Amino acid sequence: METLVKTSRIQRLRRLSVETQPSLSIERALIETAFYKENEGKYAVPEMRARAFYEICKKKTIFIGDDELIVGERGPRPKAVPTFPELTCHSVEDLEVLNSREQQRYTINREDIDTYAREVIPYWQGRTQRERIFNHVPAAWKAAYEAGLFTEFMEQRAPGHTALDGKIYQKGLLDFKKEIDDHLGRLDFLSDPEATNKADQLKAMAISCDAAILFAERHARLAEEMAGLEEDPKRVAELKKIAAVCRRVPAHAPRTFWEAIQMYWFIHLGTITELNGWDAMNPGHFDQHLTPFYEKEIADGTLHRAEAKELLSCFWIKVNNHPAPPKVGITARESGTYNDFTNINIGGIRPDGSSGVSEVSYLLLEVAEELHTLQPGNSVHISSKTPNRFLHAACKVIRQGHGFPSVFNPDVYVSELLRQGKSLRDAREGGCSGCIEVGAFGKEAFLLTGYLNVPKILEITLHNGIDPLTGKMAGIETGDPRRFRTFEELYRAFLKQLNFVIDQKMRVSNYIDKMFAKYAPAPFLSVVIDDCIAKGRDYYDEGPRYNTSYIQCTGLGTIADSLSALKKHIFEEKTISMDTLLEALDSNFEDREALRQRLRNDTPFFGNDDDYADDLAQKVYEDLFRAIDGKPNIKTGGKYHLNMLSTTCHVYFGKVTGATPNGRLAGKPISDGTSPSHGADTRGPSAVVRSLAKIDQALSGGTLLNQRFLPDLLRQDQDLEKLAALIRSYFTLGGHHIQFNVVDTATLRAAQAFPEDYRDLMVRVAGYSDYFNDLHSDLQEEIIERTEHEGF
Amino acid sequence: MRTGLIFDIQRYAIHDGPGIRMTIFFKGCPLSCAWCHNPESQSPRVQKMYSANKCIGSQDCVRACPNEALTLTPHGIVTDMEACQLCGECVRVCPTKAMEFSGHEETLEGLMQQIEREIVFFDQSGGGVTFSGGEPLMHYQFLIPLLKACGEKGIHRAVDTSGFTKTKVLLEVARHTDLFLFDLKLMDPVRHKAWTGVRNEKILHNLKVLAETGVPIQIRIPLIKGVNCDEENIRETAGFIAGLPGEKRVVSLLPYHDLAIKKHERLGQTYRFGQLERPSENELRQIEKVFEENGIRAVLRA
Repeated sequence: METLVKTSRIQRLRRLSVETQPSLSIERALIETAFYKENEGKYAVPEMRARAFYEICKKKTIFIGDDELIVGERGPRPKAVPTFPELTCHSVEDLEVLNSREQQRYTINREDIDTYAREVIPYWQGRTQRERIFNHVPAAWKAAYEAGLFTEFMEQRAPGHTALDGKIYQKGLLDFKKEIDDHLGRLDFLSDPEATNKADQLKAMAISCDAAILFAERHARLAEEMAGLEEDPKRVAELKKIAAVCRRVPAHAPRTFWEAIQMYWFIHLGTITELNGWDAMNPGHFDQHLTPFYEKEIADGTLHRAEAKELLSCFWIKVNNHPAPPKVGITARESGTYNDFTNINIGGIRPDGSSGVSEVSYLLLEVAEELHTLQPGNSVHISSKTPNRFLHAACKVIRQGHGFPSVFNPDVYVSELLRQGKSLRDAREGGCSGCIEVGAFGKEAFLLTGYLNVPKILEITLHNGIDPLTGKMAGIETGDPRRFRTFEELYRAFLKQLNFVIDQKMRVSNYIDKMFAKYAPAPFLSVVIDDCIAKGRDYYDEGPRYNTSYIQCTGLGTIADSLSALKKHIFEEKTISMDTLLEALDSNFEDREALRQRLRNDTPFFGNDDDYADDLAQKVYEDLFRAIDGKPNIKTGGKYHLNMLSTTCHVYFGKVTGATPNGRLAGKPISDGTSPSHGADTRGPSAVVRSLAKIDQALSGGTLLNQRFLPDLLRQDQDLEKLAALIRSYFTLGGHHIQFNVVDTATLRAAQAFPEDYRDLMVRVAGYSDYFNDLHSDLQEEIIERTEHEGF
Repeated sequence: MRTGLIFDIQRYAIHDGPGIRMTIFFKGCPLSCAWCHNPESQSPRVQKMYSANKCIGSQDCVRACPNEALTLTPHGIVTDMEACQLCGECVRVCPTKAMEFSGHEETLEGLMQQIEREIVFFDQSGGGVTFSGGEPLMHYQFLIPLLKACGEKGIHRAVDTSGFTKTKVLLEVARHTDLFLFDLKLMDPVRHKAWTGVRNEKILHNLKVLAETGVPIQIRIPLIKGVNCDEENIRETAGFIAGLPGEKRVVSLLPYHDLAIKKHERLGQTYRFGQLERPSENELRQIEKVFEENGIRAVLRA
């Protein structure tokens, strides 16, 4: 095995990528706006979208940097992020805020802002998705949204959460075009009333394939031009090779390891240029897809391990060059990060059920560790078939304390996907896109629709539907809680509010889905997701084999602990009256510190393997499941499911939620994912894991468990074996996901005091890692407050 | 014995034997080592502990005490131990758990229920239960049935002992134990008595007898500067271990840490030995060398 020395090429590329400040590029918006102004009304919507995409691929500035082997940027240069005015047209003020805000800043110069104001903004006024959505929403939805009961994902970004399967390594875009033509030829205009729509859609897909091929061809030409001017013979050879690779892919299927990586990268770029779907794009089981190329070339001596690693490193840095599209307002608060959540799934199982670990898996782990960039996120997938040595290698990377890889359990998520109705093969091809949510790669649209603030639902229940922070009605009247005589009465009221809020959420989600199907189809993305071509339908319009809408439920720990406090002190022991508690909550425990302490110290909390609290977590989880799972979305056969993700939304939700009965103060973050509340778990990680395992995780589309370990706990190699055993134990018990922060409080405090000295410090947030310095101070505090498991 | 007095149960204990373990701490010890990091383990009775840093001065305890034993001072709550009857009222009303009891009775069934919850971790890691203290052998009438019950479930059992016990008891316990963690502190009986309160002849004899049975023993040596780190003691220790019958030994070296001082405060005790220190890195390396020379592998715990 090579030593852990990055090649100087990779060092230079990495430095450039890490040190470049993200900026906004208005180029895409200008090309698209000019196209729309000229062509509005000429074509059916899908074709219009495809032609606009073609225009962008034809005209946008292309870039090949020094040292690069894998080429292509979405913007005109690394870390330059385009805007998508057809979805959300940023105002001048938005652009100024983006240029000057402290966290997640995107620079843009005055001239560009002026151009945007002149050329882009006037055209899109009244034509954006965001306006279509907000013009439609009913008052009850608005009240609940503004109270912070839920968020809405699609108001600034397109639905996405897409990962690919292996077909792009077998077929080039010309092969896909042939399929499209076949289906066009077979359309039945005599008896299929949908035939015209399908024809529009299929034509659009074919145009988008041409667009991506043209985009690659332009890179080939640029590489040749650069080769002509290059003096270093080694670089000349590389540039010629780049040109040859770009002529091969994506038009044709890749033949080599290099071509396979470049193939994926062009498809990735195409989908994130066409629209700004959530979670960028994801290669899925990248190691499994690359393994046949790797093994063949290693065997015939045309590729060395070190070369393969260098190519993977080049790809890795490419992903890091692509920060998330800028978000503003509530959307920025629910997901405040540059991370765009491409999550490289490593290991796992193959579609035939065998272990997916290969030498490429180890290579990817090495690359992740050595480069430790913000992006891409990465995860290891540990099934009962995964060799221990792979888990051990992953634990070694975890020990480094960058917050990755996160660890997933395919044995459980395959059963999640099967329960949702996928075939066994499609379920095994599945995995995690983004943070913790799972889907069938290459065959499913699994759209995250927004977060649900479960503790806030209890808060409005305790105030008869009113949001105590604003005094406005945010839910429905379910009675004065002072009159509730039993815990069950209170809980029934909570369920009524829960169902009301979820109905509001779903009503608008369904409308938004239709808006995307109608106004913002994604023909290029549709080409690579089964069965869009066969059905002649768009990714957003039932095209995929499976169509899932997820609602992400946040704050399980906070709600379980709060219910536990209410049940014990108010209804069972009757040592605190509801009146006293409500007064204390409404005053944020002012002059009631002793009461708050009693609630915190004398209540069974979730995460301690204590059935009293764990049963309540289980009950809430099952009722969330009943309220959400299986409800139809607007797509035939499509359904809602729940998952338990929070990203950074638990901080935003905490800000808009008053004091809670578990003694949490107003404005403090609620618990993240399915993790216990901060500081609530005092019996060590094995107790946490057992509490988590009491909820039937296969019912969801993903749970999230954050654990913070002191570095001392992982110092010796045998400590790593124990960590591996802890992970295996959790997975044996039915856990879906676990992730670790290995960093002590002193280090985090020092990083707050001397940010310059800790620019490299990465931490696990919720399903992804981020630079500690880039986090909002609330989120920094939240991470510090997570229970620190120490050595015993 | 129906119950045992336990002062702590730790899960995911990873330094008390192989794999992931549950460590059960018995209360009460015949020794009173100066460096004891669990001073609450020494007394075989329930004790009250008070943490000034958790106290918010609500004085609920002062009002609740039927014996008027508590007063609030600038340094927090002070208990008049003459007046205190350990009735527990103050512990019950304290909102922050600043006032706590150390030590509670556990039944065999209760403990087994808790142990069995951890079986999945034992299975995955090759771990098990470690009985520590205090001195678990002081509770042998409760310990032996407990060891048997674990044995019936196929759970790996480790016993962490000072070795200061009747040899017969030790041998009976050994019949139901898979691994001993045996603490060896000082070789000279007089110095041993000065630092731990008892002489060590019985301990050394017991270790030899135990080694003869062939039961696996991991010898653990706490290292405290100025107490037992001198070359003479280390050489004598290494020589003694080398002379034990049976397999080659691996010795764990546990350099002293001063986390215990706070605990002494919480028990309302003054720390009688002044400042104890951890040996320097240099000294630790010297000590390791001496063991090596005697053919013993020494593993240092950070």
